[in-house]
Amino acid sequence: MALALDEVVKEYPGGVAALRGVSLEIPDGDQVAVVGPSGSGKTTMLTIMGTLERASGGRVEVAGRDIASASDLQLAGLRAHEIGFVFQGFHLQEAMTAIDNVALGMLYTGMPLRQRREIARAALDRVGLSHRREFKPKQLSGGERQRVAIARAIAKRPVIVLADEPTGNLDSRSGGEVIALLHELATDGATLVLITHDEKIAGGFPRRVLMRDGEVVGDDRT
Amino acid sequence: MTSATEAPPRPPRPASIDAARLPVRELVGTALQGLRTRRLRASLSALGIAIGIGAMVAVVGVSASAQANLLSEIQALGTNLLTVTPGQTFLGQNEVLPDTAVPSIDHMLSVESAAAVYQVSSANVYRTPLVPAAETGGIGVDAAGDNLPEVMGTSMASGHFLNSVSNEFPEAVLGWQAAQVLQINQVGGHLMVYLGNTWFTVVGIMKSAVLDTSLDSTVFISLPVAERMFQTQPNPSEIYVRADQNNVVGASNLLAATADPQNADGVQVSRPSDALEAEAAAKGQFTTLLLGLGAVALLVGAIGIANIMVISVLERRGEIGLRRALGATRRHISAQFLTESAMLAALGGIAGLALGAGATEVYALTRHEPFVVPLYALVAAPASGFVIGMIAGLYPAAKAARLSPTEALRST
Repeated sequence: MALALDEVVKEYPGGVAALRGVSLEIPDGDQVAVVGPSGSGKTTMLTIMGTLERASGGRVEVAGRDIASASDLQLAGLRAHEIGFVFQGFHLQEAMTAIDNVALGMLYTGMPLRQRREIARAALDRVGLSHRREFKPKQLSGGERQRVAIARAIAKRPVIVLADEPTGNLDSRSGGEVIALLHELATDGATLVLITHDEKIAGGFPRRVLMRDGEVVGDDRT
Repeated sequence: MTSATEAPPRPPRPASIDAARLPVRELVGTALQGLRTRRLRASLSALGIAIGIGAMVAVVGVSASAQANLLSEIQALGTNLLTVTPGQTFLGQNEVLPDTAVPSIDHMLSVESAAAVYQVSSANVYRTPLVPAAETGGIGVDAAGDNLPEVMGTSMASGHFLNSVSNEFPEAVLGWQAAQVLQINQVGGHLMVYLGNTWFTVVGIMKSAVLDTSLDSTVFISLPVAERMFQTQPNPSEIYVRADQNNVVGASNLLAATADPQNADGVQVSRPSDALEAEAAAKGQFTTLLLGLGAVALLVGAIGIANIMVISVLERRGEIGLRRALGATRRHISAQFLTESAMLAALGGIAGLALGAGATEVYALTRHEPFVVPLYALVAAPASGFVIGMIAGLYPAAKAARLSPTEALRST
């Protein structure tokens, strides 16, 4: 199981409950779109799946491991090796070229720079940006930037790719390209969990999870 | 579990989780990248450290140069000069050296040459008889042998020293300081000084005798003239001895008994270069005040770096969040900011070393002194910068590490 959540609760100081008992199992290689209104807990669930935050209650398994008992160092290792993030705001380093941005994605695996660059080059080829390797983010279009970010997320061949509104800052055409790319890349076996507002994008996923008020209220497959 | 798509085989999942790692080389590269992308800001904040360390290096360098200069002067004059003076009796009366002292010393195997001076206590020297008698200008009168400049390792600034003519006629030679006080810059014509109710022709001005600067404020006349005119006794008030360079200690041990075989205890022997070397060592001590100023500049520089790092952490929240998402631990984040801060200050230290060395070079050039920067400064300047940077970076680094990754990611 790539991801398993069992009665997961997340409360913030002041008594705000972002998640109130979410249970969800996502097998290896599954592709899941998470939809729901703002404030329904989608992003919180994603950060808990990505081990950026710990749950206040319940059981979370990531890549087959119970993370409650894992140390912060181990969780960081899990993120470094097994989890790739794609964000709405790209989060590319402005001062770095495309290839160095992708190489940065593997920095905390401890791999030497030369090897990271080699893998990054291949990853940029896979997202169709071999001609943009030495470009800085400012010289790239929005769609291209997000493709660099996707290359950064998948270069280390993570078990899980988590994407939070990756098309939110893009026009519909480049958004469509990005989603197509994510589908395609996930076909090499990675598990993909994607948050979106866009019904059309969600419709393209084999599994759709609907959230409202911190709970999973729908889970359908086609 | 079955996957919906045909997946290529992926490596089996390891049983334990690989820890996140950031090798030192990558850490340094990351910190350098951080500095490179904010060049202007980095160099401005390193400037404070550079000025502080530069001031300190300059203080140390200037002291060392002055010291090296004095030492080389002493070396040039020779460390084999010994002085023989009469001591004092138990009752506090001055002993008297016998008139045979100089020839006896001259005959010693370990002695190269010797020159004596004889105090002429009853005479003072003035520019004209109109000067009130009390205004001696602190100038003494000594009778001296004709080889005094040679033994002292000095030479004439103008004219010549006493010679055989001086034994017959009233001729005088001025010490460097005495010439200044009497306002005589060079000899020539019939330049005279009024010495003990007689006019003496000034035949020479001696350069400073560094090994015994008391000679500088003295006017010299020949012993026969002194004996004749001022009833000076031929008992040396001080004998300057050049010993064999390889046997200075041996000569020094024998000098007292040779000078006065009947009363060796009444003879004092000393080595002026010893005192001068001590003085040189004192000159090498840097001025506390200037070092204090350098320390203040360093403190200001450190605060500047801390300040700029705090701003940097705030601006780079997005980057910090991203790095956490990419697998950085809190410790990796704080190490990154600490390294940046330390390297920034270390670079400031290197720049400061260059600044301080440059200032020392200018000082040494204008003073015609040797250029010396102590070797330890080469290590101490960047190292102290590094340590200061570490300390200045502690708070910003801790602040960066404490940032919640989700919050940091949301901010951009």
